[in-house]
Amino acid sequence: MAGPLADPGLPALDAPATIWRRLSGNLSVAVAGGVLTVLAGVSLLAPVLGTIDPGLLDPVNRDLLPGASAEVLSLTGESTAHTFWMGSDSYGRDIYSRVLYGGRVSLLVGAVVATLSVAAGMAIGLVSGFVRWLDGLVMRVMDGLMAIPGILLAIALVSLWRASLLTVIVAITIPEIPRVTRLVRSLVLSIREEPYIEAALAVGTRTAPLLVRHVLPNTLAPLIVQATYIAASAILVESILSFLGVGLPTDVPTWGNIMAEGRLQFNQYPHNVFFPGVLLALTVLAVNLLGDGLRDTLDPKFNKRGVRPA
Amino acid sequence: MSAEHPVLRIQGLSVVLPKGADRRHAVENVEVTVAAGEIVCLLGESGSGKSIIAQSIMGLLPDNIRPVSGQILLGEENLLAAGAERLRALRGASMSMVFQEPMTALNPVMTCGAQVEELLRNHTAMTHAQNRARVLEMFEHVHLPDAARIHASYPHQLSGGQRQRIMIALALILKPQLLIADEPTTALDVTTQAQILRLITELTRENRTAVLFITHDFGVVAEIADRVVVLRLGQLVEAGASRSLLSSPRHEYTRMLLSAVPSLTPRKSPVESSLPVVLRARRLSKIFHPGGWFRRGAPVRAAEEVELELRRGETLGIVGESGSGKSTVARMLGRLIDPTGGEVELDGCGIASLSGEAARRLRRRIQFVFQDPYRSLNPRRTVGAAIVEGPMNFGLSQAEASARARELMDLVSLSPQMLDRYPHEFSGGQRQRVCIARALAMQPEILIADEPVSALDVSVQAQILQLLEDIQRRLHLTMVFITHDLRVAAQVCNRIVVMHRGRVVEQGPVREVFERPRDAYTRGLLAAAPGRSFAFGQV
Repeated sequence: MAGPLADPGLPALDAPATIWRRLSGNLSVAVAGGVLTVLAGVSLLAPVLGTIDPGLLDPVNRDLLPGASAEVLSLTGESTAHTFWMGSDSYGRDIYSRVLYGGRVSLLVGAVVATLSVAAGMAIGLVSGFVRWLDGLVMRVMDGLMAIPGILLAIALVSLWRASLLTVIVAITIPEIPRVTRLVRSLVLSIREEPYIEAALAVGTRTAPLLVRHVLPNTLAPLIVQATYIAASAILVESILSFLGVGLPTDVPTWGNIMAEGRLQFNQYPHNVFFPGVLLALTVLAVNLLGDGLRDTLDPKFNKRGVRPA
Repeated sequence: MSAEHPVLRIQGLSVVLPKGADRRHAVENVEVTVAAGEIVCLLGESGSGKSIIAQSIMGLLPDNIRPVSGQILLGEENLLAAGAERLRALRGASMSMVFQEPMTALNPVMTCGAQVEELLRNHTAMTHAQNRARVLEMFEHVHLPDAARIHASYPHQLSGGQRQRIMIALALILKPQLLIADEPTTALDVTTQAQILRLITELTRENRTAVLFITHDFGVVAEIADRVVVLRLGQLVEAGASRSLLSSPRHEYTRMLLSAVPSLTPRKSPVESSLPVVLRARRLSKIFHPGGWFRRGAPVRAAEEVELELRRGETLGIVGESGSGKSTVARMLGRLIDPTGGEVELDGCGIASLSGEAARRLRRRIQFVFQDPYRSLNPRRTVGAAIVEGPMNFGLSQAEASARARELMDLVSLSPQMLDRYPHEFSGGQRQRVCIARALAMQPEILIADEPVSALDVSVQAQILQLLEDIQRRLHLTMVFITHDLRVAAQVCNRIVVMHRGRVVEQGPVREVFERPRDAYTRGLLAAAPGRSFAFGQV
């Protein structure tokens, strides 16, 4: 009750400058951020990185081994020299080009799914945590959603609509929402008991500004961390859906599609699966590493550098 | 004290803090000795390094903080040179510790009896039955009622005072030579505190245990210490026998600390009865119904039929221990929570049943300052944003509100340039000043302060009390002041209301209540105030 209280180290971000200093000092964040930047840059700049049309069928050049050089015949009938750095598949398509363009899909799916599910989960979680009479209802719906395995739900949703990038993104987002909602709700439930919320009410702050100014900013740190884990899982799920043939159409190059097609010849030509597989693993690893690094710097519960002078 | 060898000798101890801390040494060149049967108080404000000393003795320092010089001798053995295995053997048997918060120091999934028995099992070769008998005997020794039931209880089933008795039993059952008590009564109510202090004195005198007692409270020092060591920012300021140090401190810092301790003698008279009543509570009640969808717990009567009135310009104290309902009543007066029964009248108009916009308009007239300055400011918003929020909620423009915020920063003796800083850049006292500025920004008539100084060090506490008094005089504020600390109440209030278990047991002018308490509970409360025999505030 009485006595000098220690600063309880709130679930807080400090001033922006402090955060950036701490983030850039964290090795995981630096390494993972670097890897992801390179991956994103490479897939965005794919057209100028010596690639050819990733959908170009050229039966003459089928099943080339990595590093082979050959003449490529384009649809307009021009013939150009091209080195197949990662070989070609059984239709003669360039794996290198396909993997680079496929990276666009994976990273886009990861980023969009993370953003959408965090946004939706945050809105639902805020309401659920703050409007007590709605809470029971909302959370039972979320419990119901969580009872269905994510992949199964996504497959069911994709088969309801036509397979497209939008469908896949929505199908992966929906199973992620309940988890974010739960996290936000539990954060809101503890934040709403904080004295600064009572203090804001005491100066006549209405509910909407209270949520936006006082509650929301204090949920951000754990949410950013959660978003990276969702991104990693979304990239994997997109690949799995493609691999199972229920994701994006087969004419869109995605890492999952490339691996699904290469699977048949895996014994003879492992490179079809190897290169997209390695990039997929690298991406997911980097995103997860980023999440761990962010958690260490942003979430005080895991911050081991807390120093008490006395 | 005596010619015999001291139990504990700390010689030239320096402990280094990790890089990036606010100073280089947690403690520097500290000397302390404690003889058998002697109680030595380590006294200091937060950040003085007193807990670091305790942790150094027990070998419990965090990995990144380490002692660099000096020695800690327990008997003849240097503890700083002892290995982890040796320290483990000494802990519990030769030296033991009692912590501030008994709930977190006890294992929540083990019964209290099992936790004490575990210690006996690790250090003695007695049988299970002997252990149990010894623990029960010890529980009776620390005056726990119904020892067998307590033995089988889990920590959460006991009161704070009972848990602290368990901790003391745990610490003393092996009759160690040295007991370290780290603010053992800070989390307890005054009446419980008085009992625990008596218990520690009694048991350690009996076994001639050396006690190193860490505290920030001069009242506690006056109550139990034989000798006192005053620390400030890791430096030893002054040491000496308790009586002489308290009555004639040599060092300026000690004098400052002593003069900051509020006196128990009431200072103010009630305001004239001709002044109008601004706020009146009639049979005000709050009953909580715990439980969820399927289960309904027993109702909790936080406040029952509370009657009080507040005259313009006066300071009304609401005094009571934790759970007495004083904060509930204060929040109902300002309509932060809704009463379940009774009426609150502001200038004669009922406000208890106002809702929505009408209730929100009350905020301009009644404002709050809360207990914990560390948590009552949003860590993500600048203090400027905190201060202008209220006025802007009620239609003031950004420019006008900012101008008002700058004036208020001046008023609470902070620099207006600090407005765009974040709360973590401020000390506790400065944050409380910001909280006061935030409340004043609404230009209220009534200020309700809920334990505004109990999270602060004594010297800071004195400054904040002074500030509140200046502001009250300049702005003609009417104040409700909630506190558990009778010393603070004596200095601040014109009249006080004493609450116990949700009911008002006594109210009247502060002088009358302090000098001639009518209710038995009030008498108990006054008798329990630590250091009441010592005239503080007059040094």
